[in-house]
Amino acid sequence: MSWLFALLAAIGRPVTGGLATLGRLTIFAGQTLSHMLRPPFYLKEILQSLLNVGYFSLPVVGMTAIFTGGALALQIYSGGARFNAEAVVPQIVAIGMVRELGPVLVGLMIAARVTSSIAAEIATMKVTEQIDALVTLSTHPMKYLTVPRVLAGLIMVPLLVGIGDIIGILGGYIVGTKSLGFNPAAYLKNTVDFIEMRDVISSLIKGAAFGFIATLLGCYHGMHTGRGAQGVGRATKSAVESAAILILAANFLLTSILFSL
Amino acid sequence: MIELDDVHKAFGSNKVLRGVNLRIDSGTSMVVIGGSGTGKSICLKSILGLVTPDSGTITLDGEDVTRAERDSFLARFGMLFQGGALFDSLPVWQNVAFRLLRGSLKRPKDEARAIAVEKLRRVGLKPDVADLFPAELSGGMQKRVGLARAIAAEPEIIFFDEPTTGLDPIMSGVINDLIREIVVEMGATAMTITHDMTSVRAIADNVAMLHNGVIQWTGPVSEMDRSGDPYLEQFITGSADGPIEAVR
Repeated sequence: MSWLFALLAAIGRPVTGGLATLGRLTIFAGQTLSHMLRPPFYLKEILQSLLNVGYFSLPVVGMTAIFTGGALALQIYSGGARFNAEAVVPQIVAIGMVRELGPVLVGLMIAARVTSSIAAEIATMKVTEQIDALVTLSTHPMKYLTVPRVLAGLIMVPLLVGIGDIIGILGGYIVGTKSLGFNPAAYLKNTVDFIEMRDVISSLIKGAAFGFIATLLGCYHGMHTGRGAQGVGRATKSAVESAAILILAANFLLTSILFSL
Repeated sequence: MIELDDVHKAFGSNKVLRGVNLRIDSGTSMVVIGGSGTGKSICLKSILGLVTPDSGTITLDGEDVTRAERDSFLARFGMLFQGGALFDSLPVWQNVAFRLLRGSLKRPKDEARAIAVEKLRRVGLKPDVADLFPAELSGGMQKRVGLARAIAAEPEIIFFDEPTTGLDPIMSGVINDLIREIVVEMGATAMTITHDMTSVRAIADNVAMLHNGVIQWTGPVSEMDRSGDPYLEQFITGSADGPIEAVR
């Protein structure tokens, strides 16, 4: 019988640990949203976060989108040739970028760039007692550190997704017209005609959700870091891993909901 | 007056505080000594509410600190952290004037800067340090900036966590003298945590020794050397032989 208890314990321990983490994260998210609605608001920190999350992420988002759009055009062209459907490149690039690849890739790039940076910064602040110092200076760490970053994620990542969608389509356009022989005017017309407003809205909704997840998890893991350099490293790794997984899971969930309406 | 009554705190199976009783009278300087890992910092952080005790009560002027209104309670305190805990992203003057740039003590930016520069001067730093970032300062300068930040809003109570750790003997002496001068000048209540006996003699009115989770001995600094307490005597002499185990 003892082997059975050992087996159950081995299964139960990570499950209860995971559920406890989920519970803590849910409470953390609730507290963040609650602090977002109550003053004081630290405008300078909010503006700084908008710049860090949004403006400074533009190069990496742009590069990711343009190469993905270009590669997508090539793949659809060569794949479509197998059943004489090469002509659908503009439509598939557009729908692929706007509905799926734009939001997901931007979300993952934000998880790599922003989540890691937030987690490392806040974790370092924690281990060097800067978070304690904030408290002794009558400043709530959640209002000063978490709210500006999560707010920036909610506002800026949908914008980045919108920009990423456009640049991705541009990548497909460049490859389509310069290398695959498409007529530029026809390519643009097919693209614009095929995209619906609901595609764009779903893309932006996904962007907001992914921005929230990426910044929230950076803050959460930073605030709950272990001691020393190893603790900071672990917090950063866990933040990026969990943000990436949750973004992909949320993408599936949102796709199921948004396109079943 | 700050009073700790039978305060307990454990982290898992590690019982750090096992019934701490301590009284710090207003306007006096209390120094808490004890070996590494004996819970000195936990004691101090419990008073500030950064750590929640498992049991026992902590009162400030008779009011339970857990029931006090947080902002007005914390506004009475200043704290110098062991590593300085300066905010890397802010220049020195904004670190010093942090409290004066936001919240209930907010002042116009020029006024806050002027106060920061004056506090920097008070701790022996030149005005041109104000625009540097913490990473550009030496350890001793960071400690002084931390001290300037702790006194910027002229608090009634100042906590010093290992103020001389990591500093050379001359800089330690400078920091000790500054702490003593500032505490006397401001008439503040001070609580210092250290294991530097030179600091103890320079800063303290009263001394408390924390060992094994309880206050082992407390009394005026003038009586410290003739306490007759074997734990305190071993700590003062730094001997490996005595009731305190050298390997813990």
